[in-house]
Amino acid sequence: MAAERTQEIVMGLNGNEAVAWAVKQCNVDVVAAYPITPQTIIVEEFSEFVANGEVNTEFVPVESEHSALSACVGAAAVGARAFTATASQGLALMWEILYIAAGLRLPIVMAVVNRALSAPINIHCDHSDAMGARDSGWVQLYVEDSQEAYDTVIQAFRIAEHPDVLLPVMVNLDGFFLSHTLQDVRILPDEVVKKFVGTRDPIKIKVPYLGDKEVPLVLDGETPITLGPLALPDYYFEHKMPQVEAMEKAKEVIKEVNEEYARLSGRKYGNGLTVAYGLDDAEAAVVLLGSAAGTVRYVARELRREGYKVGVLRIRAFRPFPVEDVVEKLSNVKVVCVMDRAISYGARGGPLFMEVRSAFYDSPEKPIILNYIYGLGGRDLPPAVARKIFLELLDIAETGRVKQLINYVGVRE
Amino acid sequence: MSELRGWRALPLGTVPLKFSTEFKTGDWRTFRPVINQEKCVKCLLCWIYCPEMSVVWDGEKVSVNYDFCKGCGICARECPVKAISMVPER
Ligand code: SF4
Ligand code: SF4
Repeated sequence: MAAERTQEIVMGLNGNEAVAWAVKQCNVDVVAAYPITPQTIIVEEFSEFVANGEVNTEFVPVESEHSALSACVGAAAVGARAFTATASQGLALMWEILYIAAGLRLPIVMAVVNRALSAPINIHCDHSDAMGARDSGWVQLYVEDSQEAYDTVIQAFRIAEHPDVLLPVMVNLDGFFLSHTLQDVRILPDEVVKKFVGTRDPIKIKVPYLGDKEVPLVLDGETPITLGPLALPDYYFEHKMPQVEAMEKAKEVIKEVNEEYARLSGRKYGNGLTVAYGLDDAEAAVVLLGSAAGTVRYVARELRREGYKVGVLRIRAFRPFPVEDVVEKLSNVKVVCVMDRAISYGARGGPLFMEVRSAFYDSPEKPIILNYIYGLGGRDLPPAVARKIFLELLDIAETGRVKQLINYVGVRE
Repeated sequence: MSELRGWRALPLGTVPLKFSTEFKTGDWRTFRPVINQEKCVKCLLCWIYCPEMSVVWDGEKVSVNYDFCKGCGICARECPVKAISMVPER
């Protein structure tokens, strides 16, 4: 056990407070945010830290989420460590700035407290908000509980600012299920977190028009550079390729940071990219994101006690998507059910389903892969439903008969 | 035009390859402002109003930097003595 672990304090925190505590300890220079349910507690709690003088952070209470992320872009562009938080419609309003933050390679960290999108208006959990930002170039991590929300925000700064990555990172936590539910959260000593995240150290780039002089990739009057000006058909494409490369490299970095953090805290989330349960000999497995993984694993454990060979693969990193890992872990499973808490209208299945199924296209060993769309607008996934799903999968494993590829579970006909 | 660079040879973070002054943007003009130095009273209103900073004052006279002038005609409109005429480009 790491020495630091013994110095941890245990606090009763909900997911949002856990995020606020992580941000408090990460030496963040600028927080710009706008309140929106179910995220509000994060900025509310953090503004208390600011008012009490517990942090030196510049807190910018903006008039919209579009401005919140814009302020973070400005702050990060001059070299500051910046954080914001949002949910649902707020994330939707940030949309154009999401792409700009990623394109400018600004390591902003944002907590997204997943909530359904209107219409009809709904304040409860699903993943449609984050899935809408799937292709914006942000790293997307999904957490299972409040402890992981705390741990992952701390890790997110390290991932975002890693010289091989330099991408903004979204830490997704399920609205209400995590954001408003109290849990014992172990908080590392301030000094330990401070040392772990360090200070943001901008990389240096060679600027051709300054005679290939090396200057820090930040806006600085001493070594003036321009970020993000016009690039026409002759150069735009080339500017996008480093983002592709960085996403790929982020896989290794997420793993390394997970390992290093485990040495520090004793807490480890699978290999950082995925968290597997019971997959060594599973005949049926469920793949999913976020807090529902807890329920599904609880049911899987019960079923295993009853002698059923079932497993769970929780995807922690959705972007970059851990293709190799998913294929390796699920190759020997007979039937896989991918559970999506979002719909991609008009597509053949939900976003996570499409990733998993496509990952297996080139594999000689592939399971039967089904899609179950569940839990929209905060609808619960009770253990009884998870149990029913597993039993259906086991039945398919035995008979090989698939009645329906894409299923909507828990919705009234 | 120099050889186009591959993506690995670009500075990270969308930092451009050249100074903006190296991109000549005055080639889509349809009217060019021509200053009649005889009429000009050197009030510098054109210098103040030009949105492209294309009117140049060298301490003795005003002239136009046609590498960047867009031909918008604001200078001609603002000139109090009508010393600037907009001549069609061809
Ligand atoms: S025409 Fe417009 S751009 Fe050209 S010099 Fe006059 S004001 Fe400037
Ligand atoms: S506005 Fe007319 S008079 Fe004044 S400096 Fe310009 S050209 Fe000369």
